[in-house]
Amino acid sequence: MLTPPPSASKTPPMISMREISKSFPGVLANDRIDFDIFRSEIHSLLGENGAGKSTLMKILYGFYRADSGRILLDGKPVAIQSPNDARAVQIGMVFQDFTLIPAFSVAENIALFLPDLDTIVDLKAVSRWIEEMSARYGLRVNPDAMVYELSIGEQQKVEILKLILSNSRLLILDEPTRVLAPHEVDALFQVLYSIRQDGYAIILITHKIKEVLECADRITVLRNGGVAGSLVRSNASEDKLVKMMFGRKLSGLKTGKKVIREETALPILELQNVHSHGEGAETNLEDIDLKVYPGEIVGIAGVSGNGQRELGDVVLGMIKCVKGTKHLFGKDVTNSSIQKLRRSLVGFIPENPLTMAAAPFMTVLENMAVTKTWHYALQGGLTMDWQAIKADVENTMERLGFSFSLNIPARSLSGGNLQRMIIVRELTHDPRLIIASYLTRGLDVQSTIAARQALIQARGGGAGVLLISEDLEELFLLSDRLIVLYGGRIVGSFKPEETNFYEVGHLMTGSEVQNAANT
Amino acid sequence: MTLLSVLGVLSSAIFSGTSLLYTTLGEIIDQRSGIVNLGLEGVMLVSASAGFAVTAITDNPYLGVLVSIIAGGLMNMILGFLVISRRANQLASGLALMFFGFGLSALIGSSFVGTKIKGLPRLPLPGLSNLPMLYSSLFNFDLLIYLAIPMAILVWWLLFRTRWGLGLRAVGENADTTFASGRNPLLIRYQALFVGGLLAGLGAAHLSIAYTMNWTEYMTAGRGFIAVALVIFSKWNPLRAIVGALLFSGAVAFQLLLQSSGIQISPFLLDTIPYVITIIVLIAWGGTRRHTAPASLGRVYQGSE
Amino acid sequence: MLPIRNAIKRSGFVRQKTVNAVVRYIFMMVLAFLLFGIILLISGKDPIQSYKDIFSSTLGSAYGFSEVIVIMTPLLLTALAVALPSRIILINVGVEGQLYMGACFATWGALAFGDLPAGILVPLMILLGMIGGSLWAFIPGYLRAMGIVNETITTLLLNSVAPMIVSFFIFGFWHSPMDTNKTPNFSPSARLPTLFNTRIDLSLVFALVLLTLFWLVMKYTRWGLEMKAIGGNPQAARRNGIPVKLYLISIMCIGGAIAGLAGMAQVSGFYGVLLANFSRGIGFMGFLISWLAGGSPLGIILTSFVISIIISGGNLLQLTINLPYAAINVLLAFTLFVVLARPNFLTQRKEA
Repeated sequence: MLTPPPSASKTPPMISMREISKSFPGVLANDRIDFDIFRSEIHSLLGENGAGKSTLMKILYGFYRADSGRILLDGKPVAIQSPNDARAVQIGMVFQDFTLIPAFSVAENIALFLPDLDTIVDLKAVSRWIEEMSARYGLRVNPDAMVYELSIGEQQKVEILKLILSNSRLLILDEPTRVLAPHEVDALFQVLYSIRQDGYAIILITHKIKEVLECADRITVLRNGGVAGSLVRSNASEDKLVKMMFGRKLSGLKTGKKVIREETALPILELQNVHSHGEGAETNLEDIDLKVYPGEIVGIAGVSGNGQRELGDVVLGMIKCVKGTKHLFGKDVTNSSIQKLRRSLVGFIPENPLTMAAAPFMTVLENMAVTKTWHYALQGGLTMDWQAIKADVENTMERLGFSFSLNIPARSLSGGNLQRMIIVRELTHDPRLIIASYLTRGLDVQSTIAARQALIQARGGGAGVLLISEDLEELFLLSDRLIVLYGGRIVGSFKPEETNFYEVGHLMTGSEVQNAANT
Repeated sequence: MTLLSVLGVLSSAIFSGTSLLYTTLGEIIDQRSGIVNLGLEGVMLVSASAGFAVTAITDNPYLGVLVSIIAGGLMNMILGFLVISRRANQLASGLALMFFGFGLSALIGSSFVGTKIKGLPRLPLPGLSNLPMLYSSLFNFDLLIYLAIPMAILVWWLLFRTRWGLGLRAVGENADTTFASGRNPLLIRYQALFVGGLLAGLGAAHLSIAYTMNWTEYMTAGRGFIAVALVIFSKWNPLRAIVGALLFSGAVAFQLLLQSSGIQISPFLLDTIPYVITIIVLIAWGGTRRHTAPASLGRVYQGSE
Repeated sequence: MLPIRNAIKRSGFVRQKTVNAVVRYIFMMVLAFLLFGIILLISGKDPIQSYKDIFSSTLGSAYGFSEVIVIMTPLLLTALAVALPSRIILINVGVEGQLYMGACFATWGALAFGDLPAGILVPLMILLGMIGGSLWAFIPGYLRAMGIVNETITTLLLNSVAPMIVSFFIFGFWHSPMDTNKTPNFSPSARLPTLFNTRIDLSLVFALVLLTLFWLVMKYTRWGLEMKAIGGNPQAARRNGIPVKLYLISIMCIGGAIAGLAGMAQVSGFYGVLLANFSRGIGFMGFLISWLAGGSPLGIILTSFVISIIISGGNLLQLTINLPYAAINVLLAFTLFVVLARPNFLTQRKEA
């Protein structure tokens, strides 16, 4: 199922993967996949989370070894059994989690990956070379800067430079636009075009259809570990790609009737003139005025790093307000502990359940009890009422339509089930305020629908929801009101009907605001 | 408080601090690669006893120093095997090594307690020949003392100006990234431990062969732990360690100075100074939130996949 | 060994982890005695005779057995002082120091109030010992809770400071007329009572009670659950409303108090006097034991027992065949090395 090469080239592809299969315990990640990449081509590997894209590329990069199949370099078989081998045949990969060392400078980070680094390292020469190459491709960065000082976008530039300077001719980029705002994505594409011009081959792993249609020369869609289709861009359309990615129509989301609140209702949460001070790489929040009323979902849009995580943490109490007040149900909780807030029926669904909400080695049931230990403690704390915990949890699970085992360690749950576990826990005691952060990041379609449904159900019950997300689709779909954060400040506040993706996207990256300042 | 007594303190600090400096340099290399060696005390003891024994038997201090150095490297290799190849807990392994060193050194040194050896020859510091004998004799240093600061500079250069050093520091920050760069973090850590052990052995050699020129059980008296403190105090930088070693060992010599001016402070309290200073310094840094320790210090490298 | 182990596993009688653990302890003892035997052979002595001697003097006679317990008791306490904080991922390497400070405070009580009757003095000294150890652990605990310094480093550094402070007091104020490195003997009312005409003192009871309490608390109580949550994921525990800082400080202090109790027991029970540098690594050995035992109370008892037998055997050989004391350290360390190296037949799969 191979597509014709770009511009009908007669040269063999730079890399061919044939009949690649790979399975992990319980899952077949790659099922006899064929894949080609030519020089001077941007080839996008498209698919949902879990479709097998990362696995395939990690095999190409030597991180994993395929169970069967072969890889050809310029038509000849080649064995890639470690990243070393991959780099030897000029394949480089930029992972989602950057492999930069924060305590080193940009030059040192790049020097670490140079294949022919001298025994005695001349950092000045390396720096000069970095400046040369970065100018050539539009990847401007200061070689002497310490990586921990750089923004995520700048770090990404360093990662790409690292590949180019260490002699890679094939660049594999894993979800590169995940942390970028719309116009930064444009800048990245410009960089990729100029790199492609010089004969480089680029593989873009992504699940964002719009970006693929904009920049890829060819597109291969993976679904459930196999190739669902492969096209050149001129033949591709959003519809076709969606069909290939999902194989079926997405089941609709019941958004339900929006609860109309009375004008005089008391806000559940009120932040007035809140300022917070972030530590290290965290953003400072300034001048935050925010109200959440019962029966509404307030969406907070913003690019990672502009304050949304901090906002959620301020509401919860993880971060202190240095100025301003925070009221919950009318009471001043500006300096209250997290414990107190939790006791006041505030639920918190964090962006990364495994690292931020669950203890991996405790059982699911134990994890359920952890937020309300005082409630279930018997005899002053000497024992816990496990039966009551179980009953309450099963109740909620039935109400939400979830089902998973309670007696296994939390880390055995899949990502989707883990998120469900947290949702069950947080919704069990009928919270009046829910802070949901990146609710569906990394979830598969079924889990996404289930999670959103749960929030809507909660709203229907009169709770107020603060939905923090980068996913504009989700925000527009679910929010009653939409607030945009940029640089730790609120730069926009609308009803979703009043605005569109583009306007919000611009606000998220500060461009609208700057334009206003310039005129 | 006379010039003589001040110079005496300085001289004493230099003598006492040399072994501390070498050992600290070795531990800096180890910790830069991500490994904490709590067994340094044991390593030093074994090296000191072995070197002393050989010197006593062969009457050749240089041979003794060589044996000391090698002994240090070998002791550290035990830690390396446990921590790197068997992925054992670093703290527990270091402590076990410490106990091992207590025992082994006592066994080696038992027949040599009280033996006198001819230590390393002492040469006067150049440029002091004009001073009266009383002063200049304070600065008759042995070879290892003269080599100490150059060694610190060499270690600095190795860590920050060579390819090997870059890889080593990278392992201490993030072993996975280093692996991704085509290096073998396990091998690098072994190398770091070996070199670090050689330096620790050198420090121990100076202690028993050149400075005190005798052997007693537990003679390192906590220097292994002071070295760990000094590594932190010098922010894992070999050049800073020079100053720190002088400061830390000066504290003990300081008591002599105080005595001569009539102030009596218990030597025990003065002995606590290196540790107390380090704690204070740590508290001061704590406020800045910028972690200067190698990021993977203490963690066991698990390998990829 | 493998077929036996598989048979037991299939029968479901005992959990795999427990079987592994028992195998490990047996292996440790066997290995140590093999090493003893080798040394004896090299020195031209008869290993079999020595084994018989060791057996009869440790497990074979009531008094010999009690001597093993005497060695074991402080190890139980110091190991617990490490195990408790380890449940919330606090690394307490400072037990040596907390031990010394406990001994120091208790000694002050003994010397200052030596005339009081035992019924008042001993509990007072226990309290003082626990306060001393607790204070010494509070500093690292507080610094860790405030996010200023990691407790591994501070406890390690304070370890070295404590014996010096103790020496300062001994040499400066408390030394007996004859010896400058120890205090005068404690008055009889300052001594922990012993049991059954042996040298085992009351601290054994404390140790066993505390270990049992530890087990009960972790398994059933609310605090045990919260501690498990902290230990499993400290950041999540914070977000879930558990007062992590409070736990960090208080558990560290409790650990220190237990170590201080061990110190008090050493000077009041075992020695009857405060001797400079009296601990030859009891605190560190406790750390090793807790770590080897995985922080479990039963494991601590078994591991301490095994190590005490080894030490006791070594003591005996010191008397009978002039085995140098240092050899005991070497043998112990070597056994520890082997267990740390986790040879494949000891564990079925690599533990996380």
